[in-house]
Amino acid sequence: MSAWPAPLRALRWPVGGIAGAWLIVIVAAALFAPLISPYAYDAQALKEAYGSASAAHWLGTDEFGRDLLTRLMYGARTSLSVSAIAISLSVACGMVLGAAAAWFGGPFDRTVMVVVDLTWSFPEILIALILVAIIGPGTTGTMIAIAVAYLAQFTRLTRAQIMTLKGETFIEAARSLGAGNTHILLRHLLPNAFAPVLVAAMLATGDAIILEATLGFFGLGAQPPVPSWGGMMSAGSALVFKAPWIIVFPGLAVAATVLAINLYGDALIAELDIRSKLRGAG
Amino acid sequence: MLPWLIRRVLTLVPVFLAVSVVIFSILHFIPGDPIDNLLKVGSPASARAEMEARYGLDRALPVQYGIWLGKVFQGDLGTAIVARRPVAELIAQALPHSLRLGGLALLFSSVVGITLGIIAALWRDRWPDRAIMGGVLVGSTMPNFWLGLILMLVFSVWMGWFPVSGARGWNSLVLPVVTIGLGGTALVARITRVAMIEAVRQDFVTLLHAKGLPPLRIELFHVLRHALIPVVTILALRIGWILGGAITVEVVFARPGLGTLLIKSLSQHDYPVVQACLLMLAMAVMLGTLLGDVLQAMMDPRIRAAMA
Repeated sequence: MSAWPAPLRALRWPVGGIAGAWLIVIVAAALFAPLISPYAYDAQALKEAYGSASAAHWLGTDEFGRDLLTRLMYGARTSLSVSAIAISLSVACGMVLGAAAAWFGGPFDRTVMVVVDLTWSFPEILIALILVAIIGPGTTGTMIAIAVAYLAQFTRLTRAQIMTLKGETFIEAARSLGAGNTHILLRHLLPNAFAPVLVAAMLATGDAIILEATLGFFGLGAQPPVPSWGGMMSAGSALVFKAPWIIVFPGLAVAATVLAINLYGDALIAELDIRSKLRGAG
Repeated sequence: MLPWLIRRVLTLVPVFLAVSVVIFSILHFIPGDPIDNLLKVGSPASARAEMEARYGLDRALPVQYGIWLGKVFQGDLGTAIVARRPVAELIAQALPHSLRLGGLALLFSSVVGITLGIIAALWRDRWPDRAIMGGVLVGSTMPNFWLGLILMLVFSVWMGWFPVSGARGWNSLVLPVVTIGLGGTALVARITRVAMIEAVRQDFVTLLHAKGLPPLRIELFHVLRHALIPVVTILALRIGWILGGAITVEVVFARPGLGTLLIKSLSQHDYPVVQACLLMLAMAVMLGTLLGDVLQAMMDPRIRAAMA
């Protein structure tokens, strides 16, 4: 069993298993939405508008009679891809910045840390709103806003990792064997810093899903008719008394997905034994 | 204490300048030229130049920034394009509502969060701990605007206990405060629990036990006092979070406030108002961090000694 890689071992626990299964279901629904969804996401049927759950529409219909289950699947496509791309972007930039800051030190390090600490104290939603105000609403704007909102976290974490690793014996050994700066940074320091950053990235993706939904709720995310979980809740909020299911299901989808990410992430942290490394930087 | 406080306040100056540059530049990044909207179609180029001169748009950007910042310090935040009123007036109307909501939510998350954290720490790894930590995790995974709408549906519409929206009377505050507060509660409970568990391991606690003090007394008076230092730090650092929560929840409950004003003016492209709201929120975050540092210094004798 221990020969299995940690991401698989994390699935072993009952909690990790259930969380992992939900994540697989939701990612599959997002990937294969065009193949498996019962309707088209923009197929209107005004006669069936405001329908609650039925055999034809398992989760009911919205104000235009569009099938909610279908829109939820397509919404997963938007919400998950926007969050995942934004966090990947954030991780890539954060790792470069953090590694460079730790490696070069001096004034460069200080400048980076001043900026990082500055954004660190601001709530993500405020940073995201400032950026969306600059870039304008839409999917691209949301992605960039989320990426910048979480940049500080990954820069800090990578920098902290590299700083601790720099003093380790194996780095000294590599150096005495004649390894150059670039070699040590790329082959020894970054790979060793990778695991905690990846786990932090996963947990941040959960937060990013909530942030994306919040921007979508304000009408600043993906623009209609493209479904996103936040956009669906935005449309549903005005109808919460008439057809509560329109807003209940996307919210449950967000909550279940974020919960699953957190539970699986916790199991993964336990398996990799990196809790102490994530401290103070997450 | 005073020299330390002055130095601490001075560190906020570059932060404020950096934030204000970003917020100022919003107007210059957005696509479209505001002058185009003010000019009649077919106006001569001289009319355009005159208009630009009137609004100071013909000067260099740093000069424009200087003028803007100078006016901000005099309390002149410009005129709202849509509402056609001084922005400062709009802000002054919205601010008390947001402060009341944010303050009560902060109080709610501190009291409930610390209580839950203590209970979880006292019954560590047993069912009360698991139930509280599980509940807290589930609570923090829900988008708070959604939680607000669900609470509204259940307690206002089905039960009829509270008004659905608006800001009349104290009972219109209950659901918004709970909605924002629950998010912060998760964080506070988690940190209180960990801090309590760590404080218990220290030597002075063993000594108190050896002296024969009742265990509950040790936990509540000595351990908790120690454990509260990180909690206060996090609470102050996260005042921003609570404000962030207030933005969304105000919109959901249709309450007047900075959040509602910000989101409304964003959708109306009323950028002077957007700038002012963002500036106010950013200042609140900075003051929150400052307050946290001061409180922490007052609570921790080691820091107090280092400052004297």
